[in-house]
Amino acid sequence: MYRYDEYDQSIVDARVEEFRDQVERRLSGALTEDQFKPLRLMNGLYLQLHAYMLRVAVPYGTLDSRQMRMLGHIARKYDRGYGHFTTRQNIQYNWIKLADAPDILAELATVQMHAIQTSGNCIRNISSDQFAGAAADEVADPRPWAELLRQWSTFHPEFTYLPRKFKIAVIAADEDRAAMRLHDIGIQLLTRDGVLGAKIFVGGGMGRTPMIAHEVKDFITADHLMSYLEACLRVYNRYGRRDNIYKARIKILLHEIGVDAYREQVEAEFAAIRDLGIDPPLAELERITAMFTGPDFASDAPDTVDRADPDFAVWLDQNVAAHKQPGHAIVTISLKPIGGIPGDASADQIDLVADLAERYGHDELRVTHAQNIVLPHVRKADLYVIWTALRDAGLAEANLDLISDIIACPGLDYCSLANARSIPLAQKIGERFAGRQRELGELKLKISGCINACGHHHAGHIGILGVDKKGTENYQLLLGGSGAEDVSLGKITGPGFDEDGVVDAIERVTDRYVALREADERFLDTYRRVGMQPFKEAIYG
Amino acid sequence: MKLLTGNDLGTGDVVWWTGRDWSRHIEDAVDVGGQGEAILRAEEGARRVNVPYLIDAEATEQGPRPAHIKDRIRALGPTVRPDLTLKPADADAGAWVI
Amino acid sequence: MVDPITVNTNAGETLLRFRDDVVHDEPAVTLDAFLGQTNATAVRLEAGDDARELLEHLGQIALVEISFPTFRDGRGYSAARILREAGFEGELRAAGDVLVDQIPHMRRCGFDSFAPEKPVDAATLTKLLALYPQPYQKAADARVPVWKLRHG
Repeated sequence: MYRYDEYDQSIVDARVEEFRDQVERRLSGALTEDQFKPLRLMNGLYLQLHAYMLRVAVPYGTLDSRQMRMLGHIARKYDRGYGHFTTRQNIQYNWIKLADAPDILAELATVQMHAIQTSGNCIRNISSDQFAGAAADEVADPRPWAELLRQWSTFHPEFTYLPRKFKIAVIAADEDRAAMRLHDIGIQLLTRDGVLGAKIFVGGGMGRTPMIAHEVKDFITADHLMSYLEACLRVYNRYGRRDNIYKARIKILLHEIGVDAYREQVEAEFAAIRDLGIDPPLAELERITAMFTGPDFASDAPDTVDRADPDFAVWLDQNVAAHKQPGHAIVTISLKPIGGIPGDASADQIDLVADLAERYGHDELRVTHAQNIVLPHVRKADLYVIWTALRDAGLAEANLDLISDIIACPGLDYCSLANARSIPLAQKIGERFAGRQRELGELKLKISGCINACGHHHAGHIGILGVDKKGTENYQLLLGGSGAEDVSLGKITGPGFDEDGVVDAIERVTDRYVALREADERFLDTYRRVGMQPFKEAIYG
Repeated sequence: MKLLTGNDLGTGDVVWWTGRDWSRHIEDAVDVGGQGEAILRAEEGARRVNVPYLIDAEATEQGPRPAHIKDRIRALGPTVRPDLTLKPADADAGAWVI
Repeated sequence: MVDPITVNTNAGETLLRFRDDVVHDEPAVTLDAFLGQTNATAVRLEAGDDARELLEHLGQIALVEISFPTFRDGRGYSAARILREAGFEGELRAAGDVLVDQIPHMRRCGFDSFAPEKPVDAATLTKLLALYPQPYQKAADARVPVWKLRHG
């Protein structure tokens, strides 16, 4: 894992002092809310329905047990005993007092954490593959590149007042576990002639106009990555739309001028800046990479697991993935208990997963974009004891990638932008399908409480969008989206439903799928084979 | 009736205009009638409350009930965490929102 | 120069300057006017103007003023860097809705003079400018990025 040196630490410490000063100026009245808002947002502090909300960055979703415990400590001391893990691998707290925010940041800084650029029209937290460093299918660990990008994007002087927010994801495997193509910039590491480099995709995103990112650069090596990305961002900063907030993301710029014109402008900009010394030397990437060499795995760890306990065996098959190291495994801890709140974890649960990581998991944890927690490096021999501890804490739901493993935004229960509640719907769906979800197989269901699409509804095999219909909550149903390597955008089935109506509609869709599926087709495969019509008929008769 | 509401600058708490001051409890809210804009501007100047705004509500026996579900959720708290609302002991509090 | 010199211009503006040469007193002309009448020595760029159109004339320009119609409009940051990257050494002034918390980043992008619509608090500015010991990136100023400190 990356460890701060004195430079990193001094920058994060300075940020705490800067924000403390800004908060004091706001509380004294020297700053108006209009002036303070972009400053607090640049530090992840929102004003939501019931209170201030603070979003803390978990860079590329990686943290250790000490950092995880700090998240639990903050939940207890400054919030109401829980936190909410987000689709950008961050955590947010819902009940923060403005005057406490600087103290929270100061506590975070003691464990090399911060809330820098977790909101605002700037480059946000760099996200990555939650299995990085553990997956058998990666060409390299993407996190050193993500850390390089974290440093480059932190307080970037030119790109702090972009037309709109800017999200970057880095992956290094063909299987896309980070929804890379739905980011403003998606980076896929690959090797060419023995050299590690990056393919650059630009212009993906969800929101009210979802788009899949286009390939803009076939291959760029690390020695020019920063200057190339500066060129990408500069073209956007200069020419992205600022007249309409809903058309301000980079995807709209690419859509309006075309990917070829955008690429040409970027290349011209790149030619102008590539030799200006913007890129750090390769020694910097090497320095960072050396911190990600991974733990010393026991070479003699037994490769078999005792499956005698049937409940354990179900969890093993659903939530445990193959590790690149024999005798080891990757555990995904579901934060989606049936009837629970997707992504929420209590301070006690946070402490427990920290303990498990420290004791059994080489002190590493990950947050996933699907709002779950991962222990990336555990010995197979320890799986049963880990499962037992998780089960006792209500964290052993065996539903990874099943219909109850729902991504849901906070919705109208917490969010000032929402039009409808997301969480109660997720709870009802979980309860309705709990008994038959394994029969349905992989089925990614994603719920957004408004058109901003924080719940990734466009990318759900089944997606749900909450809308306001004359003052009442109404839900549109979408089918056929995917955020993975087979990326696609869902299509609306037709007229919307009330809360119970949409759960019924999903049941009709899944019944029709079971009737139509061939061999081991997933729902998405069947949908792609037969199209929307049979499902429309099932829903609307 | 018209209510004036906002979030407290320091705590972020939802607050309602009582005629003289701000209260966390919607039961204390008064109908600001035609005075809403003037009070809103004065309170904006005082800077104790963030982004105050006016809403429509209905006068009921239990007190004012906002016309929009968003403000009813603001008045009570998250419907999915009754324990964290202003009425944790009232099992039917959520029904008021819907 | 670490702290700015406050200058009151003939036009009644208060300037914060991080340079000690004499204030250029020729009024700035629009980009269109400048390109049509090439003897001007001061230009004002609106947020949407293309700074690159000035590049072949930089030798004759003493002052470029870049407009910030609202503090949220960040186009001027790129315009400033483009001019500095091309070797412009004259005065680069940020004018308009410029907030004190933005000035440190603007300094990094190459601005060395500020004409904020509303006065900025000098003590706050001094504090902010001294806050960060070193930046992560190379930009248009002379500050040494962290990676260079690490690797020489």
